Amino acid sequence: MADTAAPNNGVSSLAIEAHGLTKNFGNVRAVDGIDLTVPRGMIFGILGPNGAGKTTLLRMLATLLPADAGSAKVLGFDLKDSPQEVRGSIAMTGQFASLDEDLTGRENLILLARLWGFRGRNAKKRADDLLTAFDLMEAATKQVKDYSGGMRRRLDIAASLVVTPGVLFLDEPTTGLDPMARKSVWRMIRSLSEAGVTILLTTQYLEEADQLAARIAVINHGKKIAEGTSRELKAATGSGFLHLTLVEHLRIDEAEQVLEEITGNKPQRSSEGAALSLMIDTPQNANRALAALIKADIELADFSMGAPSLDEVFFALTGQITETQITDGEA
Amino acid sequence: MDDNKATVALIHAARPPQPSAFSNALVFGWRAVLKFKHVPEQLFDLVMTPIMFTLLFTFVFGGALSGSTSAYLQYFLPGILVQTVVFNSMYSGMGLSTDLGKGLFDRFRSLPIWSLSPFAGLMVGDILRHLIASLLILIIGIILGYRPEAGIIGIVEALLLLIVIGFGFGWIFLVLGLVMRTPNTVMTMAFTGIMPLVFASNIMVDPATMPSLLRAFVEVNPVSLMTTAMRGLMAGNATMVQIGAALIAPVLLTITLAPLTLWLYRRK
Repeated sequence: MADTAAPNNGVSSLAIEAHGLTKNFGNVRAVDGIDLTVPRGMIFGILGPNGAGKTTLLRMLATLLPADAGSAKVLGFDLKDSPQEVRGSIAMTGQFASLDEDLTGRENLILLARLWGFRGRNAKKRADDLLTAFDLMEAATKQVKDYSGGMRRRLDIAASLVVTPGVLFLDEPTTGLDPMARKSVWRMIRSLSEAGVTILLTTQYLEEADQLAARIAVINHGKKIAEGTSRELKAATGSGFLHLTLVEHLRIDEAEQVLEEITGNKPQRSSEGAALSLMIDTPQNANRALAALIKADIELADFSMGAPSLDEVFFALTGQITETQITDGEA
Repeated sequence: MDDNKATVALIHAARPPQPSAFSNALVFGWRAVLKFKHVPEQLFDLVMTPIMFTLLFTFVFGGALSGSTSAYLQYFLPGILVQTVVFNSMYSGMGLSTDLGKGLFDRFRSLPIWSLSPFAGLMVGDILRHLIASLLILIIGIILGYRPEAGIIGIVEALLLLIVIGFGFGWIFLVLGLVMRTPNTVMTMAFTGIMPLVFASNIMVDPATMPSLLRAFVEVNPVSLMTTAMRGLMAGNATMVQIGAALIAPVLLTITLAPLTLWLYRRK
């Protein structure tokens, strides 16, 4: 990481170092002993379904919630011992735009710039620089309540960059955005990372983690169930998947049986019913699977071979079908 | 953000020195002022009800209650100012509840600022609200024929007392704002709590004709004590005892609820 304006305490080469972080809400263990190691300068993704504990984990790391057990350091500062130093080196963009809707975009940024210590004209200049960079100059004098979802998100992220944070926390940065706005937020996140900002983002979209994050931790029911690069996670679940669509969806049970006999793996059924995905270790196995189906006189409308998507990885790890699979179907 | 160089320049900008707690508080005060600029409609909310009350009570009941509308207005106006401020003190709590619901306070709390400075902003907003609403109603009163006998000095003293009253009552709603889920609940709670307090007081009528049990309550009702002091200040004949009695409730509320507010906020 180059010499950014971020605090340079030189104590730790790690941006985040967490051991056994735990948080209970009543009887519910929202976060259950999570260890996390995030080097500086990386985009690190935390992937999990709704209610997995992602937000709680982030809020603990951002000093907004005290941990019940475990400890963590952010840029070498301990959460418990020096929360004010942690606050000085992070920025948090929550799941819901944390902006004052009655104020204009520019006023929101000036407000934060002043809180960070920019004075008078400098505060306005910093606000305008951010508005320009995030393509919001035209809406500078509009009240935030008149902003679109994408504009709000951009302003929200801009608000986290009033002072360059050592670590930027993004909680589900694209939830609720249309595909265009999502792409533009992705571009922004990448370019921030290229400029040297460490980013910890949570997402329930596997594609998002795949696209952005250099490393991914998969979280479910408050526990970390896997961690690695997107490639490693995919490799962990087998070399590839055979995707099949049957002509007669009534014969799907039969097809499932044939495939399981041949390969020893149980196929996953997609939510539409007539499609199956089968984990395959070698191309020969794929051949044998197809041959077996032909022999059983089960006609295929379509088939394709692919590396496993993160959806499938997630399924293999948790046995849960994720939201993207249900809503977007299989690409 | 198409231009990567622009991003790099943005990211590598120098970090300003840490501002003081006082300067943080001023920034939040500035936010409160901006709110008035952008949401001028809120002034309607602040003064419409008291203006209606003033007109209705003065012209419908005034003659019957005091012999003439002008005599009644002289009696009623200092009281309606107290009522206005007590009602309007709920706005901070509602604002706090809104900000908490929107996640705005998460951002503020993740900043390295004096953790109580957002409350300073709420207080600036409160003081402005109370001043603006009180002055508007006073002006309307004067147009209708109200005469503050103690002149400008009396008015200034009365305004100061009103701010103290609003400050004291404001804590109730800050606590509610931290505890209740929605701003609307805060408002409903406020109305149910304040209505009996305001009506069972000496704001509208002299309690002399009330049944003894009710009169006993009205005479110790803090709203009555504050109204009596207001009348005294505006007429120039307030005693120290009256002023002291008016200050009991605001002072007690501040002493008990301010620490509770801070505790609830830090625990959030």
